[in-house]
Amino acid sequence: MYRSDEDSAAPVTPATPVTRVPSSERPQGFFGRIYRSIFRHSFQDTPRNRSLSVFMNFFLHFHSVKVRRRAMAFKRTFYLGGLTAATYFLLVLSGVLLMLYYHPSVPRAYADMKDLAYVIPMGSFIRNMHRWGAHAMVALAFLHMLRVFYAGAYRPPREFNWVVGVNLFLITLLLSYTGYLLPWDQLSFWGVTVGTNMMKAIPWIGDDLQFLLLGGREVGPNALLRFYVLHCVFLPLVLTVGIGLHVWRVRKDGGIYLPPEGQAPQTSNDEQSTIKGAALW
Amino acid sequence: MVKELDPNFRLEMGVVPEPTSVRLTVIDENSAHPLLDTTGDDWLTTMPHLLVREVTAVSILVALLAIVSYLVDAPLLDLADPARTPNPSKAPWYFLGVQELLHYYPPLVSGIVLPGLAILALLVIPYFDINLERKPFLTGTGFGAHLAGFWGFGVAAIGIFLVSSAAGAVWPLIGSTAALLLTMAMPLVLGRARGAGAWIATRSLPFWVFTWFVLSWAVLTVIGVYFRGPGWSFVLPWEVGIYG
Repeated sequence: MYRSDEDSAAPVTPATPVTRVPSSERPQGFFGRIYRSIFRHSFQDTPRNRSLSVFMNFFLHFHSVKVRRRAMAFKRTFYLGGLTAATYFLLVLSGVLLMLYYHPSVPRAYADMKDLAYVIPMGSFIRNMHRWGAHAMVALAFLHMLRVFYAGAYRPPREFNWVVGVNLFLITLLLSYTGYLLPWDQLSFWGVTVGTNMMKAIPWIGDDLQFLLLGGREVGPNALLRFYVLHCVFLPLVLTVGIGLHVWRVRKDGGIYLPPEGQAPQTSNDEQSTIKGAALW
Repeated sequence: MVKELDPNFRLEMGVVPEPTSVRLTVIDENSAHPLLDTTGDDWLTTMPHLLVREVTAVSILVALLAIVSYLVDAPLLDLADPARTPNPSKAPWYFLGVQELLHYYPPLVSGIVLPGLAILALLVIPYFDINLERKPFLTGTGFGAHLAGFWGFGVAAIGIFLVSSAAGAVWPLIGSTAALLLTMAMPLVLGRARGAGAWIATRSLPFWVFTWFVLSWAVLTVIGVYFRGPGWSFVLPWEVGIYG
């Protein structure tokens, strides 16, 4: 019932500001109060608490409270978008650990690789996780794009989110590529030399662009420092914000794409494709 | 498509100012019916159903990555030496498709124009009306015309790939184009009524265009990674190994 200001001549007196909750839901004792100050609801399994645990949680609130059963089936999305994001999270974690040991200078960077391999406990493992994780992220993002395309999930109203996604994929490639130089071994040096020499082919601005990226005419200490800053600061910031935008748009564009079911097939791809539509993300 | 609505909002609220459900109903002015979910879909709460699936999937991913990282060491060659150029010098694997193209065309074409066009094509996919309908491309009366048209286009492309490069025929692109053309013609052999023939016949035009891009990129990448040796010569990996 809507109550405008004019109606409030006889004000409603709130009995008490205390919300009425079942006794089983009330916080118990001192630690119960601390717990409740953080989570604001009990974890007793009630429909209301199931909703609140998503709705009131900063880390989960990108999810809706309820999801269609069809939308969360593994075979629909293979969870590729979510797994790409999870891989990115792993890369940030392992990357921060690597930053504790790594010096972006020539030739110290290479010596740090040797230290990681032979001196630092778990050093090899952390570097391997970062390396293989990076390959996994490129592959997962690419597969995610394939899946979204073949599902037709790029169509209105999701066309802009497709564009965002393509850009996220390009940033992922740039992240992987800038990280490729950091070990400062023959593989990374010549891999980056081959790639950045290609930039010179861009008409008019190619030479300047290459100079800007490398801090010189060839791959050297300046290039290592610039790639380091791009890899560890600039590109991760852009990607993090971009992923936020991407996920936010999934929700704002009406949630994940689901092909119409139980209707007459208008678009045969939706109905008959072996890879059926809809993005988990 | 999004329908233009001028919705009325009706806020239904309990009179007791305590935790009580609030319901917001959006009503389509034309039909005067609330916009309800009529799909009959089964809805599950995110907690725990979706979260359990996510945690499971991520756990499996982490476990797999950890196992691989435990077993296989990341490559580390000698210290970078600008004076010593390895032969061949390869970019990371996801750029080897472009580097393979570099073997055939000048850098401006293979490194800038073609990848640029591919990215542009990706970005504009959703904005082309031709993509939105996703009508079957090889069904009904349009079957012959569409197939002939695509074959004409494909054969012309193969002709261009045969003669356009100073380094000889661009076999990777000829291969991907030919594979696609042969696949498109399969309904002639298999029939369009059922099975694989029907599946192929009901693919849309954007399906074929996108698949051509992906297939070409995949073939170029595989050749660049496994089949290129010193001087970018064609080698067989089972005879000489893989050049990094």
